[in-house]
Amino acid sequence: MGVGDPLGMHAAHAVVSGMGGLRTAGDLVARMQLNRGMRIDAAKQYVADKLGVTVADLADTVVMNEVREDLDIGRVNETPDVAKGIDAKFRIAERLDLEINCVNMFMKRVGIESYHSFK
Amino acid sequence: MGDGVRVEMTEDEIRRDLEAGSQDAAERANVPTLIDDEIKYLMDLFRSKDRVVGVEVGKEVCLSYDNMTSKIKRAHIPISKIQQLLLFERGLGADTLELTHIDYSFKQCKHVVQYEKPNMEQAVLQTIAPIFYGAMPNLGLYSVPDGPVVNPGDLLPQGKITEAQQAYEEMAEYAIKDMVYVGSELYEKAGADGINFDTTAASGDAEFYATLKAVEILHEKYPDMGIEMGMSGEFILGMHGDLTYDGVRLAGLFPQDQVKLAQKAGVTIFGPAINILTNDSLPFNLARSLVFTKACSEASEIPIHANLGMGVGGVPLTLTPPLDALSRASKAHVEICRLDGL
Repeated sequence: MGVGDPLGMHAAHAVVSGMGGLRTAGDLVARMQLNRGMRIDAAKQYVADKLGVTVADLADTVVMNEVREDLDIGRVNETPDVAKGIDAKFRIAERLDLEINCVNMFMKRVGIESYHSFK
Repeated sequence: MGDGVRVEMTEDEIRRDLEAGSQDAAERANVPTLIDDEIKYLMDLFRSKDRVVGVEVGKEVCLSYDNMTSKIKRAHIPISKIQQLLLFERGLGADTLELTHIDYSFKQCKHVVQYEKPNMEQAVLQTIAPIFYGAMPNLGLYSVPDGPVVNPGDLLPQGKITEAQQAYEEMAEYAIKDMVYVGSELYEKAGADGINFDTTAASGDAEFYATLKAVEILHEKYPDMGIEMGMSGEFILGMHGDLTYDGVRLAGLFPQDQVKLAQKAGVTIFGPAINILTNDSLPFNLARSLVFTKACSEASEIPIHANLGMGVGGVPLTLTPPLDALSRASKAHVEICRLDGL
């Protein structure tokens, strides 16, 4: 934690060392670190297996943009009729076999058991 | 230099400072120095005339942040906190997000928690990346004149050691309650993915103890909660001196031992912080930070996100860190320490 205080450092660290967030699979790998305590290699392998891609693909912006579009799990370019925000996280939870707190809270509030309850 | 001033150094001077920084950290923490190949790697890094360097393809790591929604505000850009989160997620390549209160301490967050929860509730509807709620334990706020407990800083000069220790213990109890309350509200009722304890142990061993206990309680209440603990320095100051956690004395712990207790308490991401010595050169500071951080990473079973903000982790202590210095610190920490994130 720690890409730090002063203005402009966030962008620099993202360029130098960062996975790229939604541009790639950075948010997905981060979820495995945060919620499962997985170290980076294990987290990348887990996400790659769940997405059906190689570990090298995870930080490839072109490949991941297509994968994210195909799986409808949210991407930077928000075109119409694609998942955004919470609906993307419903699919991420299912795809990664992961409990996401706000997704569970949303289902509880609207009285559904799962994403498939809508179908 | 550690304060960001640009200097020219010869190859011999760079090598000498790299070895001295490595030796300094190794002696303090009783851990191995950098090996010859790592010194050569760093020499190449400082020889390079490139303005920006980066990690090798495939070695990218996840980024987490401290006080994220205050950063844009500090630049006097008048946008809401949720807009800031979207800016980080969609414009700045953030792997994780963090909602925060501008007065970044759990004690202060407690007063506005009813206003923070709706912000979090709306943020989780609109964003996709995992999102923390974060603040500092900031034990100092619990003593006079800012809080209810007699100030240990007033007691210690009078030789009232036992009374000062009791004051620290009382402050810790107040802090634990606030951290557990704010963490619970934001996680259970607003949907945060995790809680971030930033700048932990700034007030020494009593603050580290309070934070570990708060983590332990939260982890027991919410086993799936993500918990990040970022530290304030490489060494736990013994302001109390006798506090222990899980049978381990907290005063004097270095990062490789701090992380073991954090992991035991329930932390899922740990952030060691190695302070800059402003009068020493960047090669000295970078090598010094790498030795501490590498030992921590090797001892850990949970992800390590080293602190590489202003004045820590080999990044100069200046409001506008030079890009060449910052990018070298970033790359070297990720590659030498095999980090999981920054």
